[in-house]
Amino acid sequence: MSTDATTTPLVALDGASRSFGAVHALKNASLALRAGEVRALMGENGAGKSTLVKILTGVDRPNSGSVLVDGEPVVFHSTADSRDAGVAVILQEPTLFPDLSVAENVVMGRHPKRSFGRIDRPAMKQTVQGLLDRLGVDLDPDRPVQGLSIADQQIVEIAKAMSFDARVLIMDEPTAALSGREVDRLFGVVRALQARGAAVLFISHRLEEVYEIATVVTVMRDGEVVHDGPLSELPEDELVRRMVGRDVNQLFPKTPATIGDVVLDVKGLSREGVFYDVDLQVRAGEIVALAGLVGAGRSEVVQAIFGVDQATEGTVNMLGHDLPLGKPTAAVAAGMALVPEDRRQQGLVMDMSIGQNATLARLGDMRSRGLLSPKRERAEASQWGERLQLKYGKLSDPVGTLSGGNQQKVVLAKWLGTEPRLLIIDEPTRGIDVGTKAEVHRIINELAGQGLAVLMVSSELPEVLGMADRVLVMFEGRVTAELTRAEANEERVVRAATGRTAVTEEIA
Amino acid sequence: MSTPVTTPAAPGPGGSAPSGPTVEPEEAERVSAGRRVVDRLIRARELGLIVVLIAIVAITGAIEPNFLDADSLKQTVLNVAIIAVMTAGMTLVIVTRNIDLSVGSILGLSAFLCGDFLTKNPSVPWIVGVLIAILIGAACGLLNGVLVTWGRVPALVVTLGTMYALRGVAFLVTGGRQINAEDLPDSFLKVGSGDLLGVPTLIVLAVVVIVLFWFITRDYAWGRQLYAIGSSGRSGGQAAKLAGLKSDRRVTQAFVISGALAGLGGAMYAARYGTVDATGGQGYELRVIGAAVVGGVAIAGGSGTVFGAALGAVVLGTIQTALIVLKIDDFWQQAIVGLLIIVAISLDRLITNQSEALLRQRSARRRTAA
Amino acid sequence: MSTISPTAPAPDRTPAAPRTEDSIVKTILGRWETLIVGLIVVVFIIGAGISSEFLTGDSLTTGSSDFTEYAILALPLTLIIATGEIDLSVASVLALSSALMGYLWNQGLPMEAILPICILAGALCGLINGWLVTGLGLPSLAVTIGTMALFRGLAYVILGDESVTDFPTNYTDWAFGNFAGTVIPNTIVLFLVLAAIFAVVLHRTPFGRAIFAIGANKEAARFSGLRVNRIQLRLFILSGAIAALAGILLTLRNSTAAGNVGDGFELTAIAAVVLGGVSIFGGTGTIGGVILALILLGAIQKALNLDPDINTAWVNIVTGILLVGSVLGPNIAARVREARRISTRGTRPPRPGRSAAPQSGPGGEGNTNA
Repeated sequence: MSTDATTTPLVALDGASRSFGAVHALKNASLALRAGEVRALMGENGAGKSTLVKILTGVDRPNSGSVLVDGEPVVFHSTADSRDAGVAVILQEPTLFPDLSVAENVVMGRHPKRSFGRIDRPAMKQTVQGLLDRLGVDLDPDRPVQGLSIADQQIVEIAKAMSFDARVLIMDEPTAALSGREVDRLFGVVRALQARGAAVLFISHRLEEVYEIATVVTVMRDGEVVHDGPLSELPEDELVRRMVGRDVNQLFPKTPATIGDVVLDVKGLSREGVFYDVDLQVRAGEIVALAGLVGAGRSEVVQAIFGVDQATEGTVNMLGHDLPLGKPTAAVAAGMALVPEDRRQQGLVMDMSIGQNATLARLGDMRSRGLLSPKRERAEASQWGERLQLKYGKLSDPVGTLSGGNQQKVVLAKWLGTEPRLLIIDEPTRGIDVGTKAEVHRIINELAGQGLAVLMVSSELPEVLGMADRVLVMFEGRVTAELTRAEANEERVVRAATGRTAVTEEIA
Repeated sequence: MSTPVTTPAAPGPGGSAPSGPTVEPEEAERVSAGRRVVDRLIRARELGLIVVLIAIVAITGAIEPNFLDADSLKQTVLNVAIIAVMTAGMTLVIVTRNIDLSVGSILGLSAFLCGDFLTKNPSVPWIVGVLIAILIGAACGLLNGVLVTWGRVPALVVTLGTMYALRGVAFLVTGGRQINAEDLPDSFLKVGSGDLLGVPTLIVLAVVVIVLFWFITRDYAWGRQLYAIGSSGRSGGQAAKLAGLKSDRRVTQAFVISGALAGLGGAMYAARYGTVDATGGQGYELRVIGAAVVGGVAIAGGSGTVFGAALGAVVLGTIQTALIVLKIDDFWQQAIVGLLIIVAISLDRLITNQSEALLRQRSARRRTAA
Repeated sequence: MSTISPTAPAPDRTPAAPRTEDSIVKTILGRWETLIVGLIVVVFIIGAGISSEFLTGDSLTTGSSDFTEYAILALPLTLIIATGEIDLSVASVLALSSALMGYLWNQGLPMEAILPICILAGALCGLINGWLVTGLGLPSLAVTIGTMALFRGLAYVILGDESVTDFPTNYTDWAFGNFAGTVIPNTIVLFLVLAAIFAVVLHRTPFGRAIFAIGANKEAARFSGLRVNRIQLRLFILSGAIAALAGILLTLRNSTAAGNVGDGFELTAIAAVVLGGVSIFGGTGTIGGVILALILLGAIQKALNLDPDINTAWVNIVTGILLVGSVLGPNIAARVREARRISTRGTRPPRPGRSAAPQSGPGGEGNTNA
């Protein structure tokens, strides 16, 4: 595909900045989406990609700078505005109507009509069937969306975007939950859209996919665009270097810890339809990383270990005792702690105060003479606040007033107060600014140094490679590799995470 | 937004888009099996209700053949007509993930005002009275809708409040008076007891209303949007927003219709019973919601049909009459209704769990096979 | 009770941003309870104006004891609503308890055996509700609409349309009587003791904190190792048992056991809870606020009933308006404040993590029922 830098971009971002309080999510970012181009948007989590996508889709507006459509500055007040300008977005998590049929999901808001304004069902079905055929998917337009896999739901989203006749398609990690065959199918569609003159913004962490499909690339780091150019001129290692922008080993000073006895021993853990036959061990003082792509089943595994999800098979043994499956309270009592991925939904009660959140996991300890003692709560919370260098106004402030990094510290305080033997931490630094990130890493390292067993789920390779004593890689619900710190490198982890190597022995 | 989807506007099968049938016969078979399962689940509720209905009628008829008299059956259906009409409106509201507890009070208020108007203006055609009842109901529904959408007050709170307030207004306007059958014009009372083409007028009216709204919720974009709003409401309403649906307007309209049909129910009540005071329709709200729930309308929004809800009303009404005919203590009636509601929602949940597990397994198998 | 904090105005002068937010929230809470106290004073003044009898000890005694059952039902309901669920079946459990009491007394059982049996029966009803909600995962609104009919029906089944009136006088005298020579009825003393226990449990125990956590974010509560299902199950059992206790009190106070007692009580109790500032989405509320709301509703009923011309009509209207207003008022205030903030601070983006409308709970789209 030839790229003509002189043509007017269909949609562009010109010097856009967006800050949330003191956090600069986007700094003077520019990006042009031209007809016939597939542009890759690369960057680590927290580099500002999602803010950029939100601005392009009208979910958010920049503090300064502008969005251009056909060269003219516009303001997208809503997603409807951006859609009318021909911008469609395929999100990681599809937003569909579960009770309605696939066909109705595609045409909702624009039902085809026949006489007396009735819905033209045959036309609706035919249209959607046509779109699905084009995608090469065998999906019944009449079946309800409820019960569809994420991959199939994404197909419905893509069909919807196609039905809008979108000129610009933004795909935010669309392949994360797709199998190899589905990815090939998707790329076929992307190429067809490209040939027809659409612009595609493609966000993915799978490097080989990016090189397969994209023509140009924008690299972001810490809210800034650090590279913009044809992908062919940027070799893979150079791309990674620009994304990370610093030496991995320098960033994660690993304090060697004495590795002790087995704390967590998981055998044959399965959850029907989600993950299968997971074996893993974590020892005292050891940091074990669970690596893999989004949707590989890592969060589901740790949630089943902790008991908030019900595993269908297998055993979870903590310090020599088998835990009942599906009972978080028992897991906590056995010394387990889980810092979940979704802080706002799972980690914290946003309407409650900092102090109340920090003590939520051990309310029993906050009693004096049987009743909750506000004094003790304050003392405990402020003690942990100090130890974790939490920055806050008052302990009675709602936890929602804190920045992402400080919120994460509150979740950590909540669990460290229970004096756990095993800390499970899912995406420890997601949505956290760079400064606090390093702090969180330091805290985890220190804890491991004190003999805490740590099981960490992370999608960020530098974090995995820099922090972990051992790396387990998952692909489509199964553990596909187990690497020691010495064995683990980017290539091996990525290969295992994309299913290129199915046998552990190959590496070990 | 307003442009309907017409013929496929997406890229042609050019480029390297995968072409040709990639579907293996085995997979096709699996898919059609899935289709059958889904179809069966959708129809299960209506079919189940019809089976239950036939069973009740058959058993009652076998024990007490009088029950099968045309006159007895007519009475049964007449008893159901008012509830069924209100259930249609309630279905629209519940489908959007809201609820309307005020329908009983709206019925009481509009029944009295309708009767009062016709008593004082005996020369005016009775249809004017009916229209007044509908208008009063619609106005009450508008109040509910605006408070829910513009005021952002949960429907449960709003309609609990208007249930009280409107009942209070009914007490206020009646001022302790009562309208009696002899005060009402005969033409109006005939609507309540008379026939239209051999079928009781109230039943004709109920059937028309039910068919009309069943049709609207099935075959019109407006109706489908109600389902979409309720369905997406479970996950924060994002999908409805992205599809550009005017959720607030639709929800308000659903409340207006629920109110209007409760108003119509008021007119039917006045015509059928002739005696109206401020307490008319007290407790109807729960009978109506109960009928909708038994009929398969999910309280969480997004699913259930007007037809199913009407069937729910018929089943509950038939049980009521059957118990009387069988001379079973009237007292059992309410307990059975309650039990039926619980059995209905529990069955729904079990079937959903089962089918979800089935679909999950199936898609997992497909994924690993791919 | 916290009065308006002196630092409340001048939101722009305070240096730390979160502090301003906090004081605004506090003032609103302060305002809300102050508002109810103000309304109570107004009602008392009006009441005294309507009738010289209103402020006499005798009137207050009967007035407060007439409200005992609502008040007692409201206590466990506060806890249930604070977790984001609802129990509509409480008045039916109350009736079931009354009917059971009458039946067992007719069977010749001693009161000492009857009372615990009734409480146990109530707890069993609560267990059924709780199991359907937590075990099967059904929406509590639908479940308790069903059990509301079921339990009421069982009450009729047990006692039919009889009523039992010959309860032993030592029990009924206690229920009629005042506490140790004061004008305070014994039943109110019992309520106050219960209220104190509930207040301590809700505001000063891990159990109470867990209730709020569940109401504010059920998932985060589960992820914190709280036994969400067990806590909710216990609350429903508690609600059933307390409703049965209210049934016993009502039966003794009226010296009458019947299946039709307490019709509609559940809605008055819910109205009191919501009016008392408990969010119907869960997560916020105080027992103190609910007690104030109970006093207000009780005073309104008593005051308006003193004048035969201002009858039930106004009681209903005022109750309904207060109920909707209690949620609508803060919503509008928040919106006005938001509008003012935007206009004075230009395009400054909203502070991260704090939603514009403080009333909406987790995932709280305003137009959804819980």
